[in-house]
Amino acid sequence: MDHIQMARAMFGTNMAVHIIFATIGVGLPMMMLAAELMYQRTKDLQYVVMAKRWTKTLGVLLGVGIPTGTIAGVQLSLLWPGFMEVIGRVMALPFQIEIYAFMVEALFMSIYVYAAEKIRPWARIVSLFFVAFGALASAVLISNVHAFEGTPAGFRFENGEIVDVDPWAAFFNPSFLVTAGHTALTAYTTGAFVVASVAAYKMLKNKYGTAEFNFHQKALRLSIVLGLVFSFLTALNGHATTQHLYREQPEKLAAAEGLFETQDHAGLTLFGYTDREAQEVKYGIEFPWLLSFLSGNSFDTVVTGLNDFPEEYWPPLYVHILFNAMVMIGSGLIALALFALVWNKWLKKETYPKWILWLFVASGPLSVISIECGWIFACTGRQPWTIYRMLTTEDSVTSYENLGFLFTMFIIVYIILCVSVVFTLLYYFKRHSVMDDIYKAEQKGVRLFDSNS
Amino acid sequence: MSDALLAITLVWGFIFLYAIMASMDFGAGFWAMTYIKKEETNATKIANSYLSPTWEVTNTFVVGLVIAIYSLFPGAVFPIGVALIVPASLILVLLCIRSAFLVFSHSVDKYEKALTYISGLTGLIIPGLLISVLPITHLGFVEGVRGNEELNLSKLFTSPNEYAFVGFGIMSTLFLSSLLLSDYSKQADEMKAYKIYRRDAMITGPLMLVMALLVMLTLRNEANWIYQGMMKNSALLFISLIFFIISGIALYLPYFSKQEVKGMPRLAVIAIIIQYLIGSYVYGIAHLPYIIYPNVTILSGFTDPTSFRAVFATYIVGFAILVPGFYYFWSIFMKDQRRKFKRRQMSN
Repeated sequence: MDHIQMARAMFGTNMAVHIIFATIGVGLPMMMLAAELMYQRTKDLQYVVMAKRWTKTLGVLLGVGIPTGTIAGVQLSLLWPGFMEVIGRVMALPFQIEIYAFMVEALFMSIYVYAAEKIRPWARIVSLFFVAFGALASAVLISNVHAFEGTPAGFRFENGEIVDVDPWAAFFNPSFLVTAGHTALTAYTTGAFVVASVAAYKMLKNKYGTAEFNFHQKALRLSIVLGLVFSFLTALNGHATTQHLYREQPEKLAAAEGLFETQDHAGLTLFGYTDREAQEVKYGIEFPWLLSFLSGNSFDTVVTGLNDFPEEYWPPLYVHILFNAMVMIGSGLIALALFALVWNKWLKKETYPKWILWLFVASGPLSVISIECGWIFACTGRQPWTIYRMLTTEDSVTSYENLGFLFTMFIIVYIILCVSVVFTLLYYFKRHSVMDDIYKAEQKGVRLFDSNS
Repeated sequence: MSDALLAITLVWGFIFLYAIMASMDFGAGFWAMTYIKKEETNATKIANSYLSPTWEVTNTFVVGLVIAIYSLFPGAVFPIGVALIVPASLILVLLCIRSAFLVFSHSVDKYEKALTYISGLTGLIIPGLLISVLPITHLGFVEGVRGNEELNLSKLFTSPNEYAFVGFGIMSTLFLSSLLLSDYSKQADEMKAYKIYRRDAMITGPLMLVMALLVMLTLRNEANWIYQGMMKNSALLFISLIFFIISGIALYLPYFSKQEVKGMPRLAVIAIIIQYLIGSYVYGIAHLPYIIYPNVTILSGFTDPTSFRAVFATYIVGFAILVPGFYYFWSIFMKDQRRKFKRRQMSN
């Protein structure tokens, strides 16, 4: 590996770990808020217990999310000083504001946890709202930097110098809304399906009709409804995002679809892998005309193929697989949630058959995989640029070359963190069962929240 | 004041704030480890209870500091990034493990002992690494042309000034934290713990001062330019010494409301913070105009004026919102902690 690849692998590994925790960290507060609102509507204490257990989970997950986020924030300047120099001059605002968003989240989280049982329900919901808001804002702001990398705005280069800087134009760059919206919606989708995953697993492990079974079924129902809503919105937004690619980063779209020749009535190919020599997608299923239609709402739309770009501008061709995996998982989640909802609401079934539950168990990990595919696609699909057509990855990377040792050290740390976070969650929830919490909630005056989570 | 000067003042202010907060945080970890066997004194419990709620803020502050530097002085990012990649990566790794176990130990009681050792050891190593950033910026060991800089590690590790700074950093951490913990344990009416931390402060204080003198001596040999600059403000250095003496006296003074214990730790804490504030002002002023000597000055590294105005505006808005919020939360938290300790004492 040369040292650019090493730096990319090093930062990529950090991101791959961080986004799992960051995504769930945005998704879970939304679920907690939903549970608190359900409690206000139904006065069913089990929803409070749900919110409490998810809060605890969130607290533990932040134990990895925040440190890996700290690493990400600092490592950006260590590994990509050339890139951060441009970002510092032009696009510093989202990072700045993100710090405040995070502080807002941390502050209200502490208020929610410390004072939950001392404040009125509306104050509890308000503080939870700000937790969710802070988490969402952080995600939106950081994704905005990513959006800027794809569709830079608010500056230009003149003889190697940055001129005409307009930080707000950079902030509101063309793909800000779709990209940030995509991060937000997929985080909510993931939050819902991760909860569904755990709830379905617990339903399989408990006998039908027991109190514990019913508790988890409530959680599953809540996450099915929210999961359906957000996965559907994700699909709509994904469509808009792809149309942006068509207009703003056509070679990325061409690589995602494995399209080499510029053409109208272009077909959409699912599955398969892109063969560079044969200039086609092998073993794929082609839907004629569909790509043109999706890109520009008409079959006559001309979609530019890779051959119209110099080969050194081509993104790696494996992004086709990543793009497909992301889209297929997303569509699968919509179908699953829709089916389960129909089963429950219209067919009036009391509970779900085992095979559906197993599918839900898989849905959480799958949505995380989909997020990973999406991020890798988004970032490798931009290569060889860190800032599209403005700054190459080569000019961004540090001049320090002995990254191997540092990389190994970080990998070891990530392994330690991931193993101990799983252990911590299992250990804690084995000793604090649902039934204990429900019992505690029904007693008046017992503190439900630990003061130190 | 020019924009660049305003910006570097802001950055230096953040660094100062972080240094104080982090010293207390890291030092508390070390003391918790030291007194783990002396359960009856509650010294470990006091230190741990101080540690828990502050980690999130101190962790975020690291990122905030880094962001402040590259958004205000993007021209300095490349040399700083290259110079600090090894020490900063080590700091990140240690910080990451430390924070994670701090969180996990709330849920898994088995971790508590492991945590105490992890946070204790990292509590000494991290400050030593963190303060190395200062000699790196003033010793001139960042070599090479623009875009291809490199830190000369062998020169750094053979420099007495580097070691004087490491010693100063560690001693300051221990001194500041023991002083703060003495105040904190007195607030919580934990007199046994108070006596221990008061004694520790009395030992580490003079040691810290010796280290500070060593720093000055080695600076004179190795980075005379900054030594000369600091000596221009020798009157201020003298005043800072007076504040150190005030704080020392405060630890011996009788405490008026309680006859059996001595010392006014709150006064000592305030005097010491003023001492550090003056000291870091003198060092900071002497460091100008360089960010990294002799490659980067505040003017060569400074950001675009439009960006500066936008960033500065977000600082003002952000702080106006957050400071009252944090003050409110901090007061709830402190009250809660005091109540908990009182309750435990009553049940004992």
